[in-house]
Amino acid sequence: MSELIPSDFEDPDADRLRQTPLDALHRRLGGRMVPFAGYELPVQYPTGVMAEHTQCRERAALFDVSHMGQISLHGADAAAALETLVPGDMLGIKPGRQRYTVFLDEAGGILDDLMVARHGERLLLIVNASRKDADAQHLATRIPQIAAERHEDRALLALQGPAAVTAMARLSPQAAMLGFMQVAELTIAGIPVWISRSGYTGEDGFEISVPGADAEALAEKLLAEPEVMAAGLGARDSLRLEAGLCLYGNDIDELTTPVEANLNWTIAKRRRESKDFPGAVPIMDQLANGPTRLRVGLRPEGRAPARAETVIAAADGTAAGTVTSGGFGPTAGTPIAMGYVRRDLANEGQALDLLVRGKALPARVTALPFVPHRYAR
Amino acid sequence: MIRFTKDHEWVSLDGTTATVGITTHAQDALGDLVFVELPEPGREVTEAEGIAVVESVKAASDVYAPLTGRITEINAAIVEDPALVNRDPAGAGWFFKMELPDPAAFNTLLDQAGYDALLAELA
Repeated sequence: MSELIPSDFEDPDADRLRQTPLDALHRRLGGRMVPFAGYELPVQYPTGVMAEHTQCRERAALFDVSHMGQISLHGADAAAALETLVPGDMLGIKPGRQRYTVFLDEAGGILDDLMVARHGERLLLIVNASRKDADAQHLATRIPQIAAERHEDRALLALQGPAAVTAMARLSPQAAMLGFMQVAELTIAGIPVWISRSGYTGEDGFEISVPGADAEALAEKLLAEPEVMAAGLGARDSLRLEAGLCLYGNDIDELTTPVEANLNWTIAKRRRESKDFPGAVPIMDQLANGPTRLRVGLRPEGRAPARAETVIAAADGTAAGTVTSGGFGPTAGTPIAMGYVRRDLANEGQALDLLVRGKALPARVTALPFVPHRYAR
Repeated sequence: MIRFTKDHEWVSLDGTTATVGITTHAQDALGDLVFVELPEPGREVTEAEGIAVVESVKAASDVYAPLTGRITEINAAIVEDPALVNRDPAGAGWFFKMELPDPAAFNTLLDQAGYDALLAELA
C-alpha cells in the first residue's frame, strides 16, 4: 500500500498549520485531521466519506469551512470599485442578496472565485482559503480607497442538504424563509450571524458566518437537530464535483478564463457592453470566436476513476486535454471527472480516452452537473 | 500463520500458496473503497512490484507483491464490490493467491508482533 494519506490534502507548510474555532469539536467527534490550505481540518469523521456524502444528499450535513476568507468592503463606493476587478454586475446586487463572481487578471485569467453578499451598504466577500492573502493584497493594491476588513476572527459553517431548512426552521424561522442566494444578519439560538441561502454541494442549504467564540456553540446546536450530522472535506469534494462546481487551483486558476471554464454567465451583460473589466479584450474575443478549450464533464465508461492531471486523448491518439478534478461520485454511482478539452471535442457525447496507469480508458463528454442541483426556489 | 509487509498487506501461507490482502489498518486509512484492480492470473510478479490498485473516493493507492511468485487466483468479489474490503479485510476481502517458488521467503515478512510495533510507530 502507498499514499495512505490522500495526496490532495498534503500541504508543504504542514509545520505551521492553523486550527479553526471548531478544532476541539472535530477531535471530539473523531475527525481524521489533515492539512488543507494551511489549516488542520477533518477529511472525514468515523462515519466515512461515503456515508457523509449520502447524509448531505438525503438529509443534512454540517461542514466547517472556517478556513475560507471573509472580507468586508465598506463604503458607498465599494461595489463600483469592486467592478474594476471582476466581470460581474456588482452594482446590481441588492441589499440582502449575493452573487458569484471571479477576480480576473489583465489576461482574463481567474485569480480567485468568490461570493459577494450585500449586507446593507457593506459587501461581504467569501474567498478561497488558498487565495485569501493574495486577494487581500489585490484589494489593497487595486482599490486602496475602499476600506477592506478581514474577519480572521470569524468561523464559517455550511449546513447543506434537503433537510437543512427543516433543521434551521426550528432554530431560526427567519433564516428558513430566505430564498436562494439571499443573505441576512440575524440571530440563531441567540447567536448573531451573517447567513446566506447557498452552498457548494448542489443541495439546498445555508452558509453561516459566526464569531469564532460562538462557533462551537452554534455547531453543537445545529448538530443536535435530528437531521444533521458532521461531514468532512472528503464529502465536500465529492459533493461539489457531482454538482459540477469548480475547485479553485484544480478546475480554474490564473491560466483559465471564465469562457474556457464555461462560466460565461459570470460576465454580466452590462459589462460585456462597457468592456471595462480586467482581461476584457481576450475575454470578449473568446466570447465572439470561441475559446480553444472548454471545461466539460467526463464520465469514464468503466469503473476506474480518473484523477486530476490524467491526460485526455482523442480517438486518433492526439492530445485532447487534461482532467482537473476526478474521482468517484457516490450519488452518481460511477466515476466522474471534469477537465479541459479542445473545443472541437467538447460536445456532449464525444468519445475520448483517459490515460490511466498506461491504459486508455474510454469516456464520454457529459453535461454538468452529474447530479441535478436542488437549490431552494 | 499470518505475516505482514511494511506496506500493510497481510499474507497467509498454505503449503506453497500464499493468500494476500490488505490489513484492517490499511482499509481504515484508505476509507471507503470504490475501485479495485487486480493482476491477471498467471502473471509472474516480483517482490515489491506494484500489481494491484485500490481507490477510495479521494485517492488511489498501489498494492505490492509481498513476495516473488506467480498469481494463481484473484478475488473477483472485491472487484464487483470494493466495499467488501472495508467490511472484511482479513477474510472475504482477500485480493489474490500466489504460488511461491521459495516458500521460505515467507518467514522474512513481519510477524504479528513486528507489524503491531510498526503500527505503534505510526500512531
